[in-house]
Amino acid sequence: MRDYSLFVPEYIAAGAAIAIVAIELIWPRLRKDVLAYLMAAVSLGWLAASLAYLGRDPKEFMGVLVVDDFTTYFRALAAGIVFVTCLLSAQYLRRRTREASEYYGLLLTAGAGMSLMAAARELLTAYLALELLSFSLYILVGFFRRDLKSNEASLKYVLLGGFASAMLLYGISLLYGLTGNTTYDAVAEALANRSGDTDVAAIAAFVLIIAGLGFKVSAVPFHTWAPDAYTGAPVPITAFLSTASKAAGFALILRLFTNAFHTDPEEWRWLVAVVAALTIVFGNLVAIQQTNFRRLIAYSSIGQVGYMLVPVAALGYGDGEIAHAATAALLLHLTGYIISTLAAFSAFQAAYDRTGDDTIPGLRGLAETQPFLAMVITISLFSFAGLPVFAGFATKLFMFQASALPELMWLVGIAVAASFVSLYYYLMVMRQMYLFDPPEGASRFRVTPALWAAAAALMLGTIFVGAYPQPLFDAADGAASALFQEGAAPHQVRER
Amino acid sequence: MELTVLVFLPAAAAVAIGLLPSSRERWARYVALGASLATLALSLWLFARFDRNAEGFQFVVDERWIDVGAFDLRYALGVDGLSLALVVLTTVLTTAAVLVSFSIDHRERLYYACLMVLATSVLGVFTALDALLFFLFWELELAPMYLLIAIWGSGRREYSATKFVLYTIAGSAFMLLGILVLAFGAETFDIRALTALTEEPDTIVPLRWVFLFLLIGFAVKLPVVPLHTWLPDAHSDAPTAVSVMLAGVLLKMGGYGIIRFCMGMLPEQAHDYAVWLAALAVVSILYGAFVTLRQTDMKRLIAYSSVSHMGVVLLGVSALGTTGLLGASYQMLAHGLITGMLFVMVGLMYDRTHTREIARLGGLARQMPLIATGLVFAGMASLGLPALAGFIAEVTVFLGTFQRYEAAVLAAIFGVVLSAGYILWLLQRVVFGPVRHEWDALTDQRHWWEHAVTAGLAAAIILLGVYPSLLMDLMEPALAAIVERLPA
Repeated sequence: MRDYSLFVPEYIAAGAAIAIVAIELIWPRLRKDVLAYLMAAVSLGWLAASLAYLGRDPKEFMGVLVVDDFTTYFRALAAGIVFVTCLLSAQYLRRRTREASEYYGLLLTAGAGMSLMAAARELLTAYLALELLSFSLYILVGFFRRDLKSNEASLKYVLLGGFASAMLLYGISLLYGLTGNTTYDAVAEALANRSGDTDVAAIAAFVLIIAGLGFKVSAVPFHTWAPDAYTGAPVPITAFLSTASKAAGFALILRLFTNAFHTDPEEWRWLVAVVAALTIVFGNLVAIQQTNFRRLIAYSSIGQVGYMLVPVAALGYGDGEIAHAATAALLLHLTGYIISTLAAFSAFQAAYDRTGDDTIPGLRGLAETQPFLAMVITISLFSFAGLPVFAGFATKLFMFQASALPELMWLVGIAVAASFVSLYYYLMVMRQMYLFDPPEGASRFRVTPALWAAAAALMLGTIFVGAYPQPLFDAADGAASALFQEGAAPHQVRER
Repeated sequence: MELTVLVFLPAAAAVAIGLLPSSRERWARYVALGASLATLALSLWLFARFDRNAEGFQFVVDERWIDVGAFDLRYALGVDGLSLALVVLTTVLTTAAVLVSFSIDHRERLYYACLMVLATSVLGVFTALDALLFFLFWELELAPMYLLIAIWGSGRREYSATKFVLYTIAGSAFMLLGILVLAFGAETFDIRALTALTEEPDTIVPLRWVFLFLLIGFAVKLPVVPLHTWLPDAHSDAPTAVSVMLAGVLLKMGGYGIIRFCMGMLPEQAHDYAVWLAALAVVSILYGAFVTLRQTDMKRLIAYSSVSHMGVVLLGVSALGTTGLLGASYQMLAHGLITGMLFVMVGLMYDRTHTREIARLGGLARQMPLIATGLVFAGMASLGLPALAGFIAEVTVFLGTFQRYEAAVLAAIFGVVLSAGYILWLLQRVVFGPVRHEWDALTDQRHWWEHAVTAGLAAAIILLGVYPSLLMDLMEPALAAIVERLPA
């Protein structure tokens, strides 16, 4: 069925992406922050259009895309992230560039790519959606053409990203060779019935696919691009990278692993568990040495990805019920992580607009010069560390509990221990803000209303999710249910 | 409903303080004072309305909070006699802490906001009826304590604050593990259900380990030797009000946790480990007292004496009888008031002399007679002078424990002798002796808030010393219910 009405949110995003270029061509003098607020308004419309699909029966588009509650969940997330990123970019970009339309346009296409990754039910469609997101990001990371660091980051990102895409494609083609199909349902069925002499090919395919996807979510050892891209990119794009890009990766991973790979878990689950353990340990340990705030966030977000891979491993070890619980918990944690990250970046953006310094000592005495920002950053870092009352505690607790299978106890143990280690480097940031006096000549400053409102709302969100996660969990659970009701082969695992 | 207001009123005050404009820095103290007086009044009102004959928890709030996967958590608050007594102690000492903070004039808004969040955290710990809610309140205290010590402290304040946080986090990691294992085994997080289990839950970790996990978490806070080393640092570097809160109420969270969780939820294991608890208690009492004798810094001296006095709490608990538990609980209340007052007096002295070095002080009774009187009074209460609160508590503990562990009680009584030694020696060196003329220019206590705090605390100490049944009767049914479940 070709039901073109399924993609209204994407039409809005793509249409606005084209329209904004035209707008800037027609009115080149238009203030660049007006463009940003315009696009923020568009993403609110996008959000509303996405939510209109909530609770409807899942509908397929030619067997390759599906619009169900899971898609809706990520569409809403994408719209929300783009909205906040637009607010962050408004003043920042206005000061630095005279052509901003492409930037906002690409932000919207990246968001659309993220929604499509969540909607894809076919390997090549998923790949194309992923590339739509990636290409938009390659350009956005290097948006400041005259900035050497930005260029370097972009180049590194493009080269390694291309390499990862190649691995992913190779894995997909091996899988196609094994199963003779690329839709998730057919792959699941073929994997359930494949014979034992294809084990090596299956493992190779899974390894390559996990490597390719691991790059996108920056899991160790495919993470090397992340710290450079985070530091080189425009600051709002760093926020976008550490939220949208990861959310999109996990959207794809979740649908792929629960709808296509779940029938053959023995070949990939150990690999996911190992990658998760490496990512957790490496991300958290390297974060300790960082002196740049954005690099710190980069490594800490690598650690966070490690935590989020724990329930993905649980998908392979548990039965359908456990997989459902793990998926719901992962969605909850992912959302809490996104809210905390955006809160941290809203506050950091405001401080950076003032100081132009992105090192951790650059935040010295922020509690004197702008106590509100210091508080927002502190709360989001506490949330990352998983301290109670903030989002990270509740969501991590539920996620680790849902993943605490006997086979994965060691991994959960590592994750919990790493959470305690992480508190150390977050405290180092707090220390700079609260315990030291501001540098000579620094005075109190004001935050623009848009950033102030964004930071305040996201901070309250972080506390709200931590203190009362129920509503968000219900939404996540609804989204997760969508993955588990339509699978053609519901956990009919391959016989050995 | 009343309890929700009681617990969150200070937090609301913290938000209000945060919204004050920076030109109104001074208003912060009055907002904090207003909030703490309101919680004090509310807690006294609850105290008056509390039905001493009814069983179980009163003023219960119980709402659905989180229902996620295996977690069925409720927003449940309630008080029985034990928690109500501790709630009143908390509101009294919070008010005292706010009053003694009036001498602070640096970043007042953040300071009072932290103090108020701290109060919410402690009140929440004492009233929570859901194990995870309890844990959330328990952890909420960390951030404000860290800032309070690290920003307004003295000496190696950053080091002390970090040490405090690390010890507490390490302890609460064990505690969370214990709570989760126990609650998943029993399939409930409700403290009321957990303290009324009829058969042992089937847990993935043996229950005696769960007991140890919980005990470690609470023992760090109490503190029990050898987990006490954060305490002297935190105390000596903290500002006066924070020392008052720390010694007065935060340590009691540990004692409350041991009674409510270790004794109430795991009676069999408590019975098995009781001898070890008694041994640890004696070590804490004696070791704490001996180390106290060697201190040269007034605040460190009081801090170590706290280790010794909290050992008495553990001793009373280890007796597994109503009298022992009653004595232990009474000791928590008495120690809260007495040590709180000691820290206030030392703080007032420090505000004037800017030294806590005992060797540099002497003869202060001449220059600041009121502060000296207060210090002597609090010191007498601390060493267990009859008619003051500490005496009742210690006697009750010893009476309750003697039947079970004679040797332990004899050793503990020797600890009391030592405490007379270090307190009298402290007083002799600081308050009496030859006058030092370098302090001639200093004033005695003279602000209204200084008088209010010292008079109020002294009155409370006398009240608890001459009319013990006021609180004993209140706490006894709650403790008897716990003892009932302990194997004989």
